[in-house]
Amino acid sequence: RTKTQNFCRNEYNLTGLCNRSSCPLANSQYATIREEKGRCYLYMKTIERAAFPRRLWERVLLSKNYEKALEEIDENLIYWPRFIRHKCKQRFTKITQYLIRIRKLTLKRQRKLVPLRRKIERREKRREEKALIAAQLDNAIEKELLERLKQDTYGDIYNFPIHAFDKALQQQDAESESESDAEKEDEEDTDTREFVEAEDSDLSDFEDMDKLETSSEEEQEEEEEVEKKASHSTSKGKTPLKGPARRKRRYIEIEYEEETEPTTKTKAA
Amino acid sequence: GDGSGPVGAVAEDGGPLVPERVLFPPTFSVSEIKNKQRRHFMFLRWKQQQRKEKLAAKKKRRKEREALGDEAPPKAIPKTIENQRVYDETTVDPNDEEVAFDEATDEFAPYFNRQTVPKILITTSDRPRGRTVRFCEQLSTVIPNSHVYYRRGLALKRIIPQCIARDFTDLIVINEDRKIPNGLVLSHLPDGPTAHFRMSSVRLRKEIKRTGKEPTEHVPEVILNNFTTRLGHSVGRMFASLFPHDPQFIGRQVATFHNQRDYIFFRFHRYIFKSEKKVGIQELGPRFTLKLRSLQKGTFDSKFGEYEWIHKRREMDTSRRKFHL
Repeated sequence: RTKTQNFCRNEYNLTGLCNRSSCPLANSQYATIREEKGRCYLYMKTIERAAFPRRLWERVLLSKNYEKALEEIDENLIYWPRFIRHKCKQRFTKITQYLIRIRKLTLKRQRKLVPLRRKIERREKRREEKALIAAQLDNAIEKELLERLKQDTYGDIYNFPIHAFDKALQQQDAESESESDAEKEDEEDTDTREFVEAEDSDLSDFEDMDKLETSSEEEQEEEEEVEKKASHSTSKGKTPLKGPARRKRRYIEIEYEEETEPTTKTKAA
Repeated sequence: GDGSGPVGAVAEDGGPLVPERVLFPPTFSVSEIKNKQRRHFMFLRWKQQQRKEKLAAKKKRRKEREALGDEAPPKAIPKTIENQRVYDETTVDPNDEEVAFDEATDEFAPYFNRQTVPKILITTSDRPRGRTVRFCEQLSTVIPNSHVYYRRGLALKRIIPQCIARDFTDLIVINEDRKIPNGLVLSHLPDGPTAHFRMSSVRLRKEIKRTGKEPTEHVPEVILNNFTTRLGHSVGRMFASLFPHDPQFIGRQVATFHNQRDYIFFRFHRYIFKSEKKVGIQELGPRFTLKLRSLQKGTFDSKFGEYEWIHKRREMDTSRRKFHL
């Protein structure tokens, strides 16, 4: 229902709107175009047959050819009011156009709408969440990567000594020089290394530092000298990971030394 | 969980006075009280008591275990769905010769023998919306040697021969519904199997927290977890054939397809070995989960294709412990 017009529900209506001039019930002489199974028919109603409801609507099949059908409408509705003739032709045009469109669309791929079942969808979603929790993806990936490392699929790229942190440093000094050439071209390592240094190396290095504090100072002093030499030739291998660690240790060691000094002074005094 | 108790306190006391050890007459059950408020209150009390008893029992058991020391019986393994999984007869035995023979002669053999280099075409259904387009782009950065082409109303049956002519080895079609991608069709081109998945929980790169920089052009490694049955094996090989066979370890990128309870989770990470026992991973790249809907023998053909496996809900979803991949 638009603001000014009602829609007519009668199936024989010509325009679709409810007017005095386009109501099939209000006019005793009326004509419509209707289509059935892709063929268009012209329906006509005249006064003479008003008493016979069964024979009221006369049906004429229109040809498939558009122009011929228009001529047929004209000859059947000759001497009929202009309004009905005009509207019939308009309706016929529109019907043929939409029939053409239907035929064209069925040739193209049609999107098939498959209805989702809500219960099933909810169930699947829930199961997926549970499966995600059960999967423990990060752990699984880390495990797999470590396994591959153990099985030597990476070859000689990573050299991890099996023993403790101290010996790792001593070995690295020998290795860093050989690795520096290979890995200097690697830009990626610097990018990701920033990430690693900032977040995790702190923790791991602090843990190791507790163990180191118990070791003798002499070793540390030696390592300091060695570290200074190595830092000049820092490569982009694993040594930068130890970089902040070394710096930190050096810093702490300095503190130790300061503490011991005043005590000796007091003793002397 | 009934015990004995002060009979009078139960009937009248709907309020806050709660004795320390709540006791009930032996034939009493919480569900018999008609008053909802009181019944609720009783039920909560009963629950609290159950929890206390459970805690006490646990402590006792732990003390006993410690007391026994070495002689204690081994800890009970909790039942998980993976433990209870119904044994699937098509589970692949690592030493199975028949399977090995099959794999040597199936459609992926040329890939695994390093004769072909994968070249992937990624496309969508009609009129992709922004999210799908971005997802396609990100996916193409993850998979090396892949190209994204827009589908402008082209029939799949017609583009397949063209793809084969241009030497593409795989075709990925991402189906979209209401502006989000929800389906994936993966088809191995020279006459290979076609797998149709339902895709869910797609996260683009900016929606993943703490993601790093973009994936580089290096060939990533591939991890395929938990593909145990024959079907799982073939699907796993399909995934493996998307990536070139020789990963570049310098790139330190890894793409993971993890199968858990028939859901395949895809993740893309960058890893770094911090020590021999520790590795750090950082997630880049999109993530999504797939659920296999059907597997067809030939290339994509919905009407006349020969289906190797279809998910039939009524038959296959009857048991919660039965999985097919």
